[in-house]
Amino acid sequence: MNPLSLIVRTVCNVFAWFMVIFGAYIIVHGHLSPGGGFQGGAVVATFIAFLLVAHGGKRLLGWVKEGLFSAVESTGLLIFLGAGLFGISTTFFYNFLAKKGGLFGSVVPLGSNTGVLNSSGTIALMNLAVGLEVVAGLSLIIVYMFKGIRLELDREEESHDR
Amino acid sequence: MTGNLPFVVVGLLFAIGMALILFDKNLIKIAIGVSMVEAATNLFLIVLGYRTGGSIPVYTLAGEVKRMVLPTPQALTLTAIVIGVATTALMLSLIMLLYRYYGTLDVREIRRLRG
Amino acid sequence: MNWQIHLPALLIAVPLLGAFAAPAFANRRLRDVWFTVMIAATTVIAFLLWRRVGAEGIVVYVMGGENWHLTLPSGMRLPIRIIMEVDAFSAFMALSGSIVSFAGAIFSLRFLDRTTGGEKFVALYFLLTAGMLGMETTGDLFNFFVFLEIASVASYGLIAFWRNTPEAIEASFKYMLLSTIAALMVLIGVGILYGRYGALNMAAIAKSMQLGLPEKVALALFVAALAMKCGAVPLHMWVPDAYSQAPAGISCFLVSVSQASLYGLFRISFSVYGRALDTPAVAWIIIVFGILSMFIAVVMAVIQKEVKRLMAYHAVSQTGYMLLGVGVGLLALAHPQAMSEYGFTAMQGGIFHIINHAMYKGLLFLTAGSIFYASGTLDLNRLGGLARNMPYTTVMFVVSAAAIAGLPPVNGFVSKLLVYESSFAVHPILTVMALVTSILTLASFVKVFQSAFLGPARARFSEVREVPRSMLVGMTVLLVAILWLSFMPTWSLSRLVGPAAQALVDQAGYIEAVMGSGL
Repeated sequence: MNPLSLIVRTVCNVFAWFMVIFGAYIIVHGHLSPGGGFQGGAVVATFIAFLLVAHGGKRLLGWVKEGLFSAVESTGLLIFLGAGLFGISTTFFYNFLAKKGGLFGSVVPLGSNTGVLNSSGTIALMNLAVGLEVVAGLSLIIVYMFKGIRLELDREEESHDR
Repeated sequence: MTGNLPFVVVGLLFAIGMALILFDKNLIKIAIGVSMVEAATNLFLIVLGYRTGGSIPVYTLAGEVKRMVLPTPQALTLTAIVIGVATTALMLSLIMLLYRYYGTLDVREIRRLRG
Repeated sequence: MNWQIHLPALLIAVPLLGAFAAPAFANRRLRDVWFTVMIAATTVIAFLLWRRVGAEGIVVYVMGGENWHLTLPSGMRLPIRIIMEVDAFSAFMALSGSIVSFAGAIFSLRFLDRTTGGEKFVALYFLLTAGMLGMETTGDLFNFFVFLEIASVASYGLIAFWRNTPEAIEASFKYMLLSTIAALMVLIGVGILYGRYGALNMAAIAKSMQLGLPEKVALALFVAALAMKCGAVPLHMWVPDAYSQAPAGISCFLVSVSQASLYGLFRISFSVYGRALDTPAVAWIIIVFGILSMFIAVVMAVIQKEVKRLMAYHAVSQTGYMLLGVGVGLLALAHPQAMSEYGFTAMQGGIFHIINHAMYKGLLFLTAGSIFYASGTLDLNRLGGLARNMPYTTVMFVVSAAAIAGLPPVNGFVSKLLVYESSFAVHPILTVMALVTSILTLASFVKVFQSAFLGPARARFSEVREVPRSMLVGMTVLLVAILWLSFMPTWSLSRLVGPAAQALVDQAGYIEAVMGSGL
C-alpha cells in the first residue's frame, strides 16, 4: 500500500492518538459501562490500521516490532491467568481483591450512583490484561495479513516483469 | 406480532448466510456467508434477552426501575463475537493462502483432496 | 483445606499456562522441556482427578465463588456461576484424552526440529488440550460451546501447520467451514434452551426439562452439529482430509479431540434430555449414524492408497462402534428391564471402545508418522520392506493393527464383543454389519502391513533408520496403555468403564450433585 497524501497523513498523525485514548478509556471503564478489554483493545488496534492506510505498509513495517507485540500478548494472557490463579485459596478466578481497599478494592455505596472506578477487584485487572492481549493480537493480525497481501503483490509484479 | 419481528430477521439472515455458504462458488462470499450466520446467531441471543421497556442491566446506573433486559445473553453474545472475530481472521488468512497456491477463489478448482 | 478440590480448575489452568507462556521459549531445548513438563503435569492431574472421582463420586467445582446458588425471594434456587461438574464419565474421557495428548506431545518433539515456529505449535497444542479437557469437564452449556471453539480454532491452525503445502490449507479450510457452522448450530441450540429455562447449567436444565417443540429443535441442532464434529458418516468428509494432512502427532490427538464432541453428544442426550426423551427416535438416529459410519467408511478405507488417509477412514468407521453401542444404551434407557439385559452391556462396549480407539488409533497415526519421518512417503505403492530397518515401529504397528481389527488377545476384541452381543438383542442385522466391518478392517490393515513392512527390501529405503528415541517413547506410552487394557479386561471393565457407563445412565445423580435433592 502506498502512502496517502500529506493532508491525510497530517490528520492521521493528530487524530489517530485519540483512538488510543478512547480505547484506553473503554478498557479502564470496562466494569462500569458497556465495553471492556476486548472492545477497547479492538479500538486501540485500529491505530495500527490508521497508520497502515495513511503512511503505507513499508513505513509501518519499519515501526512495528513483532517480537515486542508477541511478548505483550503473552504478558497480557499470563496476567489474566495469574489473576485467576491467585484466587485459588478460595476457588479459581475468585475475586480476592474486592472490598479490601487499596487500588482495586473500594467499596461501592448502595443505591443509584455513577459508579466507583477502582471498585471491582480483579475484574479491572483482567480487563487491563485482556486489553493488552487484544491490542497486541489484533495489531499482529493486521500486520501479518498485510504481509501476506504484499507477498502476493510482489509475486504478481515479478510475473509482470517477465 | 411486532415482538416476533426480530426473530424473522434472524431467520432471514440465517437463510441468506446458509444459501451463500451452500450455493456460492466464491471463497470470499462463503466467508461473508459464515459471518452472516454468526450475526444471525448473535442477534438471536440478544433478542432472547430483550424485555419491552426494560432498562440497562447495570444496577448502579439504572435507578429505580421495575424491569431490566437480561444481562446473560449479552455476555454470551460478546463471547460469541470475540470467537467470531478469531474465526473470521483465520478464515480470511487461509483464503489468502489458498489464493496464493491455487491462483483462484473458485471452490470448484480447489479440489486436490478427494476420494 | 485439601488442595485436591482444585483439580478440575487446574486441569484447565495448567494447559492454558503452558499455552500462554510457550511463545517465550524460542530456545529449542527449553521449549522441549516446557512442552514435556506441562503436558505431563496435565496428565498427572487428569489421573488424580479420575482417582478422586472414583473415590468420592461426582466432583463439582465452581469458578470464582464459594458456592453457586442464588436464592430468589420466592425461595427458588438457581445455579448462576460457571460450574465444572466431573462425574466418572467426564473423568474417564479426560484421562483417556490426556494420555493421548501426552504421547502425541512426546512424539512431536523431534518432528518440530524440522521446522521453524515450533513454539507456536506448542502454544496451539496446549490450547487444543485445554479446549478438549474443558469440553469434557464443564457442567455449563455455554461454556461447552466456548471450549468447543477453543479446541476448533487451535485445530484449524494445527491442521494447516505445514502451511507450504496447498493440501493442508485446503483441508484446514474445509474443516473450518464445517466446524464453524456446527459450532453456531450448537450456540443456537444453547440459546433455545436458555430462552425456555432461563439457565445454562446442564443439571438445572435437565431438572426442569419437558420435551416440547423448541427442545426437539435444540436437540436436533445438537445431534447434527456434534455428529458432524465427531465425524459420523453423512458429515464425515472433513475427517480424511484433516487427519491425513495434519502432522502425525496432531492426527493422533485429533482423534481424542473429536471424541470430546462425541462426549458432548452423549452428555446432552443422556444427562440433559435423558428420561424426558419419550420416543426412541433419537436413539435410532444415533444407531443409524453408527451403522452408516462403520460400513461406508470402511469400504472407503479399503480402496485407499495413502496410509494416513486409510487410517482416517478407519477412524470414522470405529466411531460407528461407539455410536452403535451407546445408541443401543439410549434405546434401552427408558426400560429398566432392557437396560439390565442388554443396554448396560452395550454402553460398556461403546464406552470401552472410546478409550481403546483413542489408544490404538493414536498409535497407528504415530506409526504412520514415523514411516513418513523415516522414508519420506506414505504411498502404499512405493513403500515396502520397512520391517528390516524399523523393527520397533513394526512391532507397534502389528499390535495396534491387531487391536483395531479386534483380534482376540488385544483390547479391541473385548469392546467389540460387548457391542456384538448386546446389539444382537436389538436386531441381528446390526451385529452382522458390525462383524462385516471388522473383517474389512482386518483386510485393509493386512494390506498396509504387507505392502509397507513386508516384501523385498527396496533400494531407495536402504538408508532408512529407526526413528529417534523420543518418538519411540511417545509410541511406547500408547503401547503400554493398549497392553494394559488388553491383559486387564476385568479390571478395566469394573474400575474404568463400568463407573463411566453407570454415571452416564444415572441422570438423577448428575442433577442431584448440583441442584440438591430438594425442591
